[in-house]
Amino acid sequence: MSRQLRKPLRPASMLSRLCGALAFTLFLLAVLSPALSEDEAKPGAAEPAPSGDVVTVPIGYLEQEVKRPLPVSRLNVAPDDLGVAGAEIALKDNNTTGRFTKQQFTLDVERVPVGGDAVAALETLVASGHHFVLVDAPAKTLLSLADAVKGKDVLLFNISAPEVSLRQEDCRANVLHVAPDRAMLADALAQYLVWKRWTRWFVVKGVLPEDLDYLAAVERAAKRFGGKIVEEREYKGTLEARRTDSGQQQIQQQMPALTQGAPDYDVLIVADENEVFGPYLPYRSWDPRPVAGTAGLKAMSWHPAHEQWGATQMQNRFQRFAKRFMLPLDYQAWVAVRAIGEGVTRTGSAELGPVNAYIRSDKFDLAAFKGQKVTFRAWDGQLRQPIIVAGPDLPVSMSPQEGFLHEHAEVDTLGIDEPESKCKLK
Amino acid sequence: MSTSRLALALFGSVVCAATPVAAYTVYVSNEKGNSLTVIDSATLEVQATIPVGQRPRGIMMTKDGKQVLICASDDDRVQILDVASREIVGDLPSGPDPEQLNIHPSGSPVYVANEDDALMTAIDLKDRKVVAEVPVGVEPEGVGVSPDGKILIATSETSNMAHFINTETYKLIDNVLVGSRPRFAEFTADGTQLWVTSEVAGTVSVIDVKTRKIIKTIGFQIPGVQPEHIQPVGVRITKDGTRAFVALGPANRVAVINAKTLEVEKYLLVGQRVWQLAFTPDDKLLFVTNGNSNDVSVIEVPSLTVVKSIAVGDAPWGITISPQ
Repeated sequence: MSRQLRKPLRPASMLSRLCGALAFTLFLLAVLSPALSEDEAKPGAAEPAPSGDVVTVPIGYLEQEVKRPLPVSRLNVAPDDLGVAGAEIALKDNNTTGRFTKQQFTLDVERVPVGGDAVAALETLVASGHHFVLVDAPAKTLLSLADAVKGKDVLLFNISAPEVSLRQEDCRANVLHVAPDRAMLADALAQYLVWKRWTRWFVVKGVLPEDLDYLAAVERAAKRFGGKIVEEREYKGTLEARRTDSGQQQIQQQMPALTQGAPDYDVLIVADENEVFGPYLPYRSWDPRPVAGTAGLKAMSWHPAHEQWGATQMQNRFQRFAKRFMLPLDYQAWVAVRAIGEGVTRTGSAELGPVNAYIRSDKFDLAAFKGQKVTFRAWDGQLRQPIIVAGPDLPVSMSPQEGFLHEHAEVDTLGIDEPESKCKLK
Repeated sequence: MSTSRLALALFGSVVCAATPVAAYTVYVSNEKGNSLTVIDSATLEVQATIPVGQRPRGIMMTKDGKQVLICASDDDRVQILDVASREIVGDLPSGPDPEQLNIHPSGSPVYVANEDDALMTAIDLKDRKVVAEVPVGVEPEGVGVSPDGKILIATSETSNMAHFINTETYKLIDNVLVGSRPRFAEFTADGTQLWVTSEVAGTVSVIDVKTRKIIKTIGFQIPGVQPEHIQPVGVRITKDGTRAFVALGPANRVAVINAKTLEVEKYLLVGQRVWQLAFTPDDKLLFVTNGNSNDVSVIEVPSLTVVKSIAVGDAPWGITISPQ
């Protein structure tokens, strides 16, 4: 099994990428911090090396590479090891625990190039004994992977695809979703806006299918929490060259024109997942209004400046290890590998059956720096987790917001709740 | 007025026991305020605020009562405060991001959990030198020492274990899996039990020290409080082994547990995000830090009543009380 450490530069996905200008400073800080490495441990240190009957748990990581446009801001260019670095540091965490429980975890990364055969790559992983595989792939690929290994001893962790349909009519029994879906993200943002009493939303939408999916989630959230969409306006442009010598002047004319003459509103909501125009809207709208949605104030699973509930330690460990900020996809991969680690540690088994049952049970309670345990919803396999609402530099809040009540768990006010679930796990 | 009731109670004890009112000094670390607040346990008044290093969290009085050791987390060191002069007189080489510490019953070494490094560090207090580093689980946090000084405990927040370490050889004796995100470890005074709080699991594991088996996992249910807001952090047990008090974080309550039957007796409403707690040496008063309401609640132990809240600095975290 080949384990590639480097890969060709991969352009950005729609996940928030807030890395950038400060990276070098942090790199220096990381290098200069007075950490003792394990090699330099003082005499007297007892290395509890596992001996004898060590159980080995191989974890697979399958990435389907996708052709994506360059991000509008060069601060948001995706790092080469996006996602993989999160899985690797979780692997280290699992193995630190594993030293005491005689369990060893390995990670094998399969990168499928654009147009490559993801199913064949998964079958290779399965043939070499991987029961647990993280998948970073578009929804369509994820579905063909899930169907290809149906009935086999394999559990897939969707760490990137945000499609609501994967948790609804297209749900699969052999997939757990660590990535939040668009419904959770839109609900988290909507709750914050409603809490703020910014309830009149002027929506500017793109024309790509993902934009319409995002818009549907925003419309659903508006209905659930009391937002009012005063107008939906379309931006007709599609992907074009990002860097032209006089582009800025043109944008300065275009964005006010695009947003002129809207009915009274509180927040400009952008539905533009591929960054065709969204990032240009803050500070350029006709009316002076905050921008939220896919640009400006965004909802996400993780933010590199999130420091609550012990997250500082996670950020520090990650930055020392990867020499960059921790991004949402890294966090999602970390959660998936840690969930496998918890399942194996708590059941004492490396087999799919008991680990899968444990992870899905109400005994499972992963500590994941969100101020409460994260667990998986029984009805669709979605990770139940608080969602960060953040601006570019700092988290602004964490949803669910106070006052949005639920009969079982407040966090189930985010996303598809059991009564509305169309998922029949099979 | 609750203060006068306390004064009356204290006065009563003076008359009955015919001993002077015990006046201890209480030190509270203010995580955001970068300071320690000093409180007189007899008057329950703030005496002083002492500026210290950045992000002070775990604090502990040395056994001789002459110094307070302070985990200055963002300064990557443990600071030494001289209580007589109220000045920082030095620091200990703790390694990065120290959060909690404990001290061997003989007065040294000092044990510090380094969350960033998955290490437990033992530091000689006199020489201020590291004498041992023990690799433990991911994000070690709580530090417990058995009353006889033979066993050192580290709880690791991401590995979810209580690590039992021999204090002479620094070898691991055992690792006990507990609930998620174990925060604090406290032995009973007789050394037979170890109590470990699990913040995310919302439980307390009571472990038999000899067999290292969990005797009971104590859960909490409070009407009107969502289960996810019940996050046990600090725990203290009276010396006579009758009662344990557990700080429940954002549930804003301290649970009172019958330490014999291991059943919850009562919940005491305190300030917001209650974190750590400490008894006066006579076990008559319990002081608890409320991180989000910037105050300390004072609980009268015999009557199980909250008698006062005292405003302190920004985000109070750790607490320690003088032996005399």
